[in-house]
Amino acid sequence: MKKYLSCILFVCIAVLMLNACSNDTGVSPGASSEQEGLSGKISTSGSTSMEKVVASLIEAFTKKNPSLKMSFDATGSGAGITAALEGVADIGLSSRNLKEGEEAAKATVVALDGIAVIVNNENQVRNLTVEQLGKIFSGKITNWNEVGGKDELIQIVGREAGSGTREGFESILDVMDVCVYDQEHTSTGAVITAIAANSNAIGYASIASVSSKISTLSVGGVECTEATILDGTYQIQRPFLMVTAADKEIDDKVKAFMEFALSKEAEDIIRKAGAVQVKGK
Amino acid sequence: MKIRVMLEKVMNVILCLSGVTAIAAVFVISLYMLINGVPAIQKVGLVPFLFGQTWRSTGSNPEYGILPFLLTSVYGTFGACLVGVPIGLMTSVFLAKIANSKIAGVVTGAVELLAGIPSVVYGLIGMLVLVPNIRTIFHLKTGTTLFSAIIVLTIMILPSIINVSVTALKAVPKEYEEASYALGATKIETIFKVSIPAAKSGIAAGIVLGIGRAVGEAMAVMMVAGNVANMPSFFKSVTFLTTAIAKEMAYAPNGSLQKQALYSIALVLFIFIMVINMVLNILLKGRKEK
Repeated sequence: MKKYLSCILFVCIAVLMLNACSNDTGVSPGASSEQEGLSGKISTSGSTSMEKVVASLIEAFTKKNPSLKMSFDATGSGAGITAALEGVADIGLSSRNLKEGEEAAKATVVALDGIAVIVNNENQVRNLTVEQLGKIFSGKITNWNEVGGKDELIQIVGREAGSGTREGFESILDVMDVCVYDQEHTSTGAVITAIAANSNAIGYASIASVSSKISTLSVGGVECTEATILDGTYQIQRPFLMVTAADKEIDDKVKAFMEFALSKEAEDIIRKAGAVQVKGK
Repeated sequence: MKIRVMLEKVMNVILCLSGVTAIAAVFVISLYMLINGVPAIQKVGLVPFLFGQTWRSTGSNPEYGILPFLLTSVYGTFGACLVGVPIGLMTSVFLAKIANSKIAGVVTGAVELLAGIPSVVYGLIGMLVLVPNIRTIFHLKTGTTLFSAIIVLTIMILPSIINVSVTALKAVPKEYEEASYALGATKIETIFKVSIPAAKSGIAAGIVLGIGRAVGEAMAVMMVAGNVANMPSFFKSVTFLTTAIAKEMAYAPNGSLQKQALYSIALVLFIFIMVINMVLNILLKGRKEK
């Protein structure tokens, strides 16, 4: 008797679950017919650092335009610009400014990525210059007393190779390939936990994830806030660009997506993804 | 009647299929590892790949040497066994031969609980309790070291060793021990000279299981070892074979040499574990048959 009962229950649950699934797919075409959504495909390709920002923009934009298909390929800034120029991707994503030889590309700054330098709350040091930071992360300064702190060894906490935050931070400080880490973690959360647990630790994180568990340092006397990132005085920042080919007409739907990225609506989306939006320039 | 015969045949097919599933899975995994793991080794070269001392997969001049990971895995596993095997063996002797049933029940429960704790929880506790303490006790720059990883691994392999060893010790025929007592041996002498040798192959199986767990563990180790690609040193931040893969897999671009190299590390790990299992099986079980 019990067996039959559990069988019936199981079937009921299975039917309910199937129902729930079919309901989901049943609703969306209805919603799309209400709005006049865009359709077709937009492909984006480029910087791994921009993955979070672009993925959340894509998510919000496709929710508004359900019949639009959008893709993102994490290939790296250089490859993204090339893809946009060659027409392989509609939008190239770059987390660095265009270089010489890339004049055929037209770049639109969508957001700025500010990277906060973080230390333990017990640390007395409150300000470091870019030069000092470069020396700390490349292992030339090893003791906090060299930069006005206690006589303790500096412990450097960072992200794993391939992380966008790490790439951004190291490229701005110009310490690529020479960084000497004591710990590498695979998420910003783990970096923050490690720094909160060690009074001599220093590390970096995107400003969106900074919390009261750790302290944020000023860089060259400038605090890390959205305002200082936007006016360019906070130095550890880099632009997030959307790149298109300058000589080609931009598709309407691509234009709509780029306008969406610059719109007021996208401000919060970009902030949640860890960057600061550049408003309608 | 017919239905019964049919049922019999159907069940036979189902059982056979289930058996084949396991073989197919092993076969598919091995094939997949080979296909994906070999290209990078060919590009980098077997000797520079296995014996290169620098791993810098995203540098402007990438280097793919996995010796630091390989040695860390060896040292870490060896260290965990060095501490874990004696403790595990003593615990199982205590449980099987010495403790009264009440205490044994409590300890067995604790060991089973230990086996059931997910590795991420070991990692979390290691990260929040062990790592800061190791830093202050040994006056180190960082607490995320090979030493911390060894401690976590030691605790993690204990249940594997204890559970299997206890079963093996309990299965030793009573007559052996009674004969030993009759010859005037004490209890401890009997345990170490009769019971343990008699249960050797079971204990060996437990150790093999423990080593397998230690070599293959990624999550807990990732959280306490620091994950820097240093050559292993007791009080330095290190990367294991497993964590080297887990660490970079998420960001490695598809089709890049970096990603292929990660598959190659997986292939090395795969072969590494198989070789360890085979060697230990031959060493520990073969001796008994002689």
